[in-house]
Amino acid sequence: MRTTQLATAFLLATAPLCAGASQTLTIYTYDSFVSDWGPGPVVREAFEAVCGCTVDFVAAGDGAELLARIQLEGTRSRADIVLGLDTNLTARAAATGLFAPHELEAPSLDLPVAWDDPLFLPYDWGWFAFVHDRARLPEPPESFDALIDSDVSILIQDPRSSTPGLGLVKWVEAAHGDRAADIWAGLAPRIVTVTRGWSEAYGLFLQGEADMVLSYTTSPAYHLIAEDDATKAAAPFDEGHYLQIEVAGMLANAPNPDLARDFLAFMLTEDFQSAIPTTNWMYPAVTPAEGLPEGFETLMRPETSLLFSPEEAAAIRDAAIERWRDGLAR
Amino acid sequence: MGRGALWAGGLVAALLIALNLGTLGAVALRADAPGRLGAADWAALRFTLWQAVVSAGLSVALAVPVARALARRSFPGRALLITALGAPFLLPTLVAVLGLLAVFGRGGIVNHGLAAIGLGPVSIYGPQGVILAHVFFNLPLATRLILQGWLAIPAERFRLAAALGFGPSEIARHLERPMLREVLPGAFLVIFLICLTSFAVALTLGGGPRATTVELAIYQAFRLDFDLGRAALLALIQFGLCAVAAALAWGVASPAGFGAGLDRPVERRDGGSLMLKAQDVALVALAAAFLLTPLAAVVARGLPQITELPAPVWQAAGRSLGVALASAGLTIACALALAVAVVRLAPRPRIAGALEGVGLMALAASPLVIGTGLFLILFPVLRPTAAALPATALVNAAMALPFALRALLPALREVEATQGRLADSLGLHGLARLRLLILPRLARPLGFAAGLAAALSMGDLGVIVLFADAQTATLPLQLYRLMGAYRMDDAAGAAFLLLAASLTLFWIFDRGGRLGARN
Amino acid sequence: MARATDGLHLQDVEIRQEGFRLTADWTVAEGARVAVLGPSGAGKSTLLGAIAGFVAVSAGRILWAGRDLGLLTPGDRPLSILFQDQNLFPHLTVAQNLGLALRPSLRLDRAEWARVAEALERVGLGEMEARRPAQLSGGQAGRAALARALLRARPLLLLDEPFAALGPALKAEMLALVAEITAEAGATLLMVTHDPRDAQAITDQVIVVAEGAASAPRPIAELFADPPEALRAYLG
Repeated sequence: MRTTQLATAFLLATAPLCAGASQTLTIYTYDSFVSDWGPGPVVREAFEAVCGCTVDFVAAGDGAELLARIQLEGTRSRADIVLGLDTNLTARAAATGLFAPHELEAPSLDLPVAWDDPLFLPYDWGWFAFVHDRARLPEPPESFDALIDSDVSILIQDPRSSTPGLGLVKWVEAAHGDRAADIWAGLAPRIVTVTRGWSEAYGLFLQGEADMVLSYTTSPAYHLIAEDDATKAAAPFDEGHYLQIEVAGMLANAPNPDLARDFLAFMLTEDFQSAIPTTNWMYPAVTPAEGLPEGFETLMRPETSLLFSPEEAAAIRDAAIERWRDGLAR
Repeated sequence: MGRGALWAGGLVAALLIALNLGTLGAVALRADAPGRLGAADWAALRFTLWQAVVSAGLSVALAVPVARALARRSFPGRALLITALGAPFLLPTLVAVLGLLAVFGRGGIVNHGLAAIGLGPVSIYGPQGVILAHVFFNLPLATRLILQGWLAIPAERFRLAAALGFGPSEIARHLERPMLREVLPGAFLVIFLICLTSFAVALTLGGGPRATTVELAIYQAFRLDFDLGRAALLALIQFGLCAVAAALAWGVASPAGFGAGLDRPVERRDGGSLMLKAQDVALVALAAAFLLTPLAAVVARGLPQITELPAPVWQAAGRSLGVALASAGLTIACALALAVAVVRLAPRPRIAGALEGVGLMALAASPLVIGTGLFLILFPVLRPTAAALPATALVNAAMALPFALRALLPALREVEATQGRLADSLGLHGLARLRLLILPRLARPLGFAAGLAAALSMGDLGVIVLFADAQTATLPLQLYRLMGAYRMDDAAGAAFLLLAASLTLFWIFDRGGRLGARN
Repeated sequence: MARATDGLHLQDVEIRQEGFRLTADWTVAEGARVAVLGPSGAGKSTLLGAIAGFVAVSAGRILWAGRDLGLLTPGDRPLSILFQDQNLFPHLTVAQNLGLALRPSLRLDRAEWARVAEALERVGLGEMEARRPAQLSGGQAGRAALARALLRARPLLLLDEPFAALGPALKAEMLALVAEITAEAGATLLMVTHDPRDAQAITDQVIVVAEGAASAPRPIAELFADPPEALRAYLG
């Protein structure tokens, strides 16, 4: 790991020489990444300090809208980098033929699963989980079946318009396979509403509209670190928890391919990675040298991680969404 | 006005056709395969139609007694109340939904009240939530349209009724029902169209996949499958539905302009009985409570946060203000050009009708398809971020145009009918006619339309999402980003700011129009 | 007798509207003062509307001094018209209403504003420049409209009963003012009225509009001495 970091540092040090100071690196990413409260501003400043270039973020909705945007623009896109897809999308993204291999030897990653994708490199990850308020719900259900049998109310997102929503559908499929349709039918009475995106559901949860909300195991860290509020917690499920791994890749038609590759290498260095936990509220793909911020050690860490390969994820998506729809409509 | 007016009107019409249909064409052309609809799309179509009919019917039905109560009572603060009741229509959906939940949600005021008297909670989520929200948004519009109808009944008619000793039921039969027959179909149609293309409401309050609207299905086709063919086909179906609805209501008299003054109660001598008085007071109070409590909840939650708001929120508010003003200016320019051409073409009713239809077309369009199409058209020639704010102002203007046109047309017809000959005889043409006759005489509806356009634009979270980056975020987008960054307190403050900015903009323009009106 | 090219010439004119037809074929000499008399609904206003350019002519031509008016917009025709009502823009001041006569853009120079003031003085409204029409009495509004016609100085003045709502004394006063103004300017006057006394007060000829035709102008004394059938029924 140390050698690759050294190699990266060397690469970065020489980058300005070959790249030229006037270059602009265009990064397409999802909206919350570039927001004033997301990792964008920090990442931009850090990379501009070493690359001698200008970083231009272009935002598009969420991960899936981001991919749609790239497909809309096709080979005429100005983008060098697309940052913010996840493993639910990478198979479709690869199939567009718009992405180029990163050709980087990745440093050893702190992921719960092995990584060897030639097109995409991960920058952060997290487990989906149901978050609750300990004061309002001291003993949350600890499996989907327990949730079905309880009288706990939940908020979820629409898998057709939201990344966590699709994550939950995959979670049910990975954990229960054949029983997925029944699980959904059983969950239906527990569901208060299905929102378009994460923000609406989480906002409703904080307003007290439901006992639990589908989010990430890292969500309680925000309340603990930013608000000094230790009441929020993620409920551990016996089945294990589905993973989301967020990735970036460079485009085959990138106007600045060398700079793009430099950025992908930079993405796995300390400067980028240390910004992730308290701006994106996810686990960094490479744990910073001084470890995770204080408070992360209190988070629930599932014993089992569930994840479909990109190909499997793409193959079962439509049928899984169909089961979700039918189950809830029953 | 001469040929110039027709050219300007034609140009605006061409622009609108390009914006509404050209964008759809751009999306369809870019599609890899012709669109095909699945079972879920048909279900979405059925739900959309059903909820739009119920929402529009309920809004109109509830508006009739409220409008009648407002028409026959005068009380201190009546004008202010009528203005305030219009607020939900101007409200950004996101803010309105938050307000509705604070009242009708699981932890809201209503359920707290029910729990206090030992009753179980009622759920807002599901089809009933979608309909409740649509009634919340559109009851004010329906009330305004119908109240306008009431005030259009000449006072002499009521005097005659009093002289003949009519009671409330005779008045209803001879004066009110004929008026309602004229006004209701138009009011129903407008609200039906608004509910038909609704997006954000169904997304949060729908309760599940059954409450999927066509506009949501368009979004999903675009986002989940990148199926542009299906998105275009769905948008076309949405257009078709709106056209059929418009055709069904065709021939029925269109509602009078709702930009005219509503601050005059009808002078009438019926309704003097104590029972009727109590009934009217109760109705107005109920409507006010239903419409204003959610707003109060937004204020109560957000006002304390306003001083804590981070700088980017204020910057976004400044940008939104600029977009809103640009959009209002554009709306007024386009609406005036169209209205003048429509009135000018009155001797050729088919062409005039078609032109008016083009102006109302945006009611049937899918903002998402317009945004995507505009993106496809502009992307090869412009950097999307450079086009973000102008594109937003443009699309917002097109969306506000139907309402502006509705407000201006009757007033302009009136001006041309009473003073057109005099202006003609004096050779008052072109810009001089605009400056000396039309603008001063239309100050009221112009102020109203500009206020409406500015407020609607202020709260719109539509195409900006496709174009924006960190530097071009508008206030609604910034509000959304705050929610996405867990910052719910700041989001509440931003929601209040958005509410205050929308209503203030509307108030200033509307007030300015009233003051500018010289009779 | 004036030459054929002088004055107002209606040449085989026919006006057709739904269930209505009016023909006219005659000449009014330049400088003549003509009353247009006839029962309600016979088409007096329609006749004036056609001359002013508000009503389309289905056949024939309307000429002034030999020039076909058919191609001219109402504002470009060599005439001023006063309607039954709405003769002043309610949102403009009296002075602005008059100023429109000189420049429809209202961008008047100092000399032109002075002419406006002079015209107001002439009709006895010297102090009323800054008022709006709503602040004027009926008689004052009529004077203001006449003052504007004076400023426009077109050779033909059409009055479509603009003083019908005034009391008898006031109306007589206004008619006297009309007579003065037209005499000063040498203008030709066509005045709709349904009151023979108005006609006798200031006009010397009469056009009778009845039963689908506008008759050629006849000297007023001759007409009242021997009224035609249509007029006799109307006069009772």
